[in-house]
Amino acid sequence: MNLECMTALELGAAIKKGEISAVEAAKFSLGQIDKYDKKLSCFVTVQDNVLARAEEVQKKIASGEYTSPLAGVPMGIKDNMCQKGIQTSCGSRMLYNFKPTYDATAVEEIMNAGAVPLGKLNMDEFAMGSTSETSWFGVTKNPWNTECVPGGSSGGSAAAVAAGECFYALGSDTGGSIRQPASFCGVTGIKPTYGSVSRFGLVAYASSLDQIGPLASNATDCAAVLAEIMKHDSRDNTSVATKGINLDAVMNMEVKGMKIGIPTDFFGEGLDSGVASCIESAAKQLEAMGAQIEKFDMPIVKYAIPAYYIIASAEASSNLSRYDGIKYGYRAENAGDLLELYTKSRSEGFGMEVKRRIMLGCFVLSSGYYDAYYRKALQAKALIKSAFDKAFEKYDLILGPVAPTTALKIGENLSDPLKMYLGDVYTVMINLAGLPAASVPCGFDLNGMPVGMHLIGNYFDEEKILGAAHAYQQVTDWHKRRPTGLDII
Amino acid sequence: MLITDELVTYLEALGRIKLPEESRAKAQSDLQEILQYIDTLSELDTEGIEPMSHALPLTNVMREDIVQPSVSPEEVLLNAPEQKNNYFLVPRSFE
Amino acid sequence: MSDKNSWEIVMGLEVHVELATKTKIFCSCTTEFGGAPNTHCCPICTGMPGVLPSLNKAVVEYATKAGLALNCEITRYNKFDRKNYFYPDLPKAYQISQLYLPICRNGGVEIEAEDGGKKTIGIHEIHMEEDAGKLVHDPWTNSTMVDYNRCGVPLIEIVSEPDFRSANEVIRYLEKLKAILQFIGVSDCKMQEGSLRADVNLSVRPVGSEKFGTRTEMKNMNSFKAIVRAINYESSRQIDVLSHGGEVMQETRRWDDGKGVSFAMRSKEDAQDYKYFPEPDLIPIEISEETIEQTRASLPELPEAKRRRYVSELELSEYDAEQITKSKSLVDLFEQNLNAGYPAKEIVNWITGEVMRMLSDSGREPEDMSFDYSYLGALIGMVQKNEITRNTAKKVFKAVFEECCDPVKYVEEHNLKTVTDTGAVKTVIEEVIAANQKSVDEYKSGKEKALQYLIGQSMRALRGKADPQTVTAILKEILG
Repeated sequence: MNLECMTALELGAAIKKGEISAVEAAKFSLGQIDKYDKKLSCFVTVQDNVLARAEEVQKKIASGEYTSPLAGVPMGIKDNMCQKGIQTSCGSRMLYNFKPTYDATAVEEIMNAGAVPLGKLNMDEFAMGSTSETSWFGVTKNPWNTECVPGGSSGGSAAAVAAGECFYALGSDTGGSIRQPASFCGVTGIKPTYGSVSRFGLVAYASSLDQIGPLASNATDCAAVLAEIMKHDSRDNTSVATKGINLDAVMNMEVKGMKIGIPTDFFGEGLDSGVASCIESAAKQLEAMGAQIEKFDMPIVKYAIPAYYIIASAEASSNLSRYDGIKYGYRAENAGDLLELYTKSRSEGFGMEVKRRIMLGCFVLSSGYYDAYYRKALQAKALIKSAFDKAFEKYDLILGPVAPTTALKIGENLSDPLKMYLGDVYTVMINLAGLPAASVPCGFDLNGMPVGMHLIGNYFDEEKILGAAHAYQQVTDWHKRRPTGLDII
Repeated sequence: MLITDELVTYLEALGRIKLPEESRAKAQSDLQEILQYIDTLSELDTEGIEPMSHALPLTNVMREDIVQPSVSPEEVLLNAPEQKNNYFLVPRSFE
Repeated sequence: MSDKNSWEIVMGLEVHVELATKTKIFCSCTTEFGGAPNTHCCPICTGMPGVLPSLNKAVVEYATKAGLALNCEITRYNKFDRKNYFYPDLPKAYQISQLYLPICRNGGVEIEAEDGGKKTIGIHEIHMEEDAGKLVHDPWTNSTMVDYNRCGVPLIEIVSEPDFRSANEVIRYLEKLKAILQFIGVSDCKMQEGSLRADVNLSVRPVGSEKFGTRTEMKNMNSFKAIVRAINYESSRQIDVLSHGGEVMQETRRWDDGKGVSFAMRSKEDAQDYKYFPEPDLIPIEISEETIEQTRASLPELPEAKRRRYVSELELSEYDAEQITKSKSLVDLFEQNLNAGYPAKEIVNWITGEVMRMLSDSGREPEDMSFDYSYLGALIGMVQKNEITRNTAKKVFKAVFEECCDPVKYVEEHNLKTVTDTGAVKTVIEEVIAANQKSVDEYKSGKEKALQYLIGQSMRALRGKADPQTVTAILKEILG
């Protein structure tokens, strides 16, 4: 059996049929990690009990306790989701030794579905960044070209799926952190509607924008994962009870008759021509499948980045204040007094990008500036939401690029934070509005780097997004392409 | 808005962080550049727009007042860098 | 200008009250006072990474009740905000509080003014927030030990208008506040346990001036006495500074009750920028008109109404009614025994007499009374039935108050019953007469005082167990 070309659902079905055991599947994935991860650095931690867990899952599949189509499938978890007893470091020196005593709800749910977690996946420090270069544990490489970044912040998750080190992964998306790395690595990823997956146990970056979601090799795998984790949770005050995900509905969705809008503002200055042409081809493909494509204007788009960086930095500066060297995590040595303990621990524990956003956040919240920045950003957020509300009165889905470029070279953007922030131009507004959106592989640029298309849906329209993506993936094979040359590097 | 050296120092103090001396100048100009970009938001007309904290209009999600067992102090202190007699230990606090 | 009378003191109060809910405001840990360090904790109240707050319904209910009892408007659309500051007792480094939309506004409490009239102290707002942990100094390592048991206990902060002009007014307001909050059951208001804490904002200005002076904020007074002392100290200090041409610094001062002085904690200029912003982890709370009306209807009779009723229906004096309604415990003691059928006047005399004397002698608050309230009635009953004398009853009450003794048993065990056998009393009196012939002669020659002496001698010989009237009657009878 060739596991390398299998999707998570295919593997789950084979395990269920007894064609392969969960233990064999786990061994395969551990082998893949052995083979590739020294080069790619997708994993921060590989769990030492993987085979024991696989054995336990196999038994529970046999006993009928685990019935999920994903039971027994090896997977990975982004390093910012708490898992009891497993180092959860958020890619930061600050939490280099932190072992939670509790599970994140999403982790708990996926474990209840019989997941076999392989370990924790690398990320930008505290999810701040779009290259996975800011991790204390080193840079993750893009499996399509190891000189390139995998995107971020869920770079480890996207790269691990692309390299076949795991069959699916959980990521988190605050301003594009699932979709942009999915686009850069040629995998499918979706950020669901804000509130549909519990944030309990997800180490917060920007609480009003953070959302957990899956990255996998195709849309139906994403739908299957989402079906397990999209549940109401009383431990998250912002959690919403949804009707959940019906896999059959996703698989039977037809693009024919759908109205798909393309904002003209997405195709302005800064968009790579290679990316633009892939998106245009994808639009044509969808049109050929019977969708009605229409362009429209959405001028509010240009204010999304300023609003996003104000809100995200402000919330981050507050969320990250708890890392003070007292209760857990990194503590500086030889601090004479309390102030020194705080300042030294935080200065040594946090990297530059985190410090920058803390300072920016402190600035926009500091007295005298709150109204001009934070309050104004919340007003922009309201305007962005209503612009989308208006668009969705007309369209089933909105289509555009995920990122203005394909994966950049390592180090290219690290020294220019503003340039890096501008790369989030298409993704952050989705988080501000709280909408669901996916990145779906739709081609390659001239350098052979993958391009993702952005499918944005109305609130709780995850089935429609993934259904359209699935239909698209039935007639295209971009998502089936695998990085070549991984074995020779 | 001009990011001065004093402002950088003030922001460091607010965030309880200290930038390494060699990256201060760069951090200052980076912040300046970012803020300049962010300031484009001031062009946006937001007259009469209610600030929106939550995108979804949820209200009144509350928990019943029923005690659940707490966790053991060992668990509370599991990750503590320094502890004594089930207390977290910190250098003597100011005041 | 150093004459105190030429200065006016202006004060406002920030009173923090711990709510008597069973669980903390954002997690299900117990709010029980004390406990071994870090035993009433969970990942949420210790600020672990990734955890989220989950709001306790009872906190909103209690805060609404408090607001209504204090004549406030209730905010229909409530939000929580984060107040950011670093301190080891605050594990998240932010306190979830309410800045922009506090749950109650524009209330007031009526107190007796200095001139004997009535005066309303305005309540600017009441907001909900969480308490911080406790810091303990460890002299061996010269470090600070942190206990998060109290962390997340729900608080309401009651912010008054700057309406106080004397320490007496402050104390009357606090007594009133305490009684109201105890009556509606939202807090036990035990100052020693920190469930009621008052910060005093104080400034002084020349009499007749309209402008407020620069104020200081005083913290850490844990008794009414300490508050009075702190106010006296701080007002004198400010008057002294200003009279000598100095300037009062706006600062937070900590009261050291042992030393009887306050000292500056940190001046407001350096640092405190709380960077308030709306708490993204909590959604808004809407309180409907219907809920407000239901809550209003569910409020028990408040002290003010009780006081009026005691005067009009039970014919207590204004003074007595006022004394009793100062405290929920005293009211409970009164009403429980009233309902058991004992006469109001009698119970009131006991409460305003012995009970209050014992409280003041022992330095305790009414809520510290630990005896079974029915014991007071039992005692009154025994007096009514002439089983014990009033003097004996007072002695027995001491045992009731101090050791929670059952008075009926106590009287039996200590053989304190009144001697009702007049024959036995007569025998004793005859012995007294025989031994005091001189006084008998004096009495017979018309000296009334001699009779008093003989009564005293007889009561002593009877160890107080006889009714003095009976003794007098028998004496007179024998002496003719």
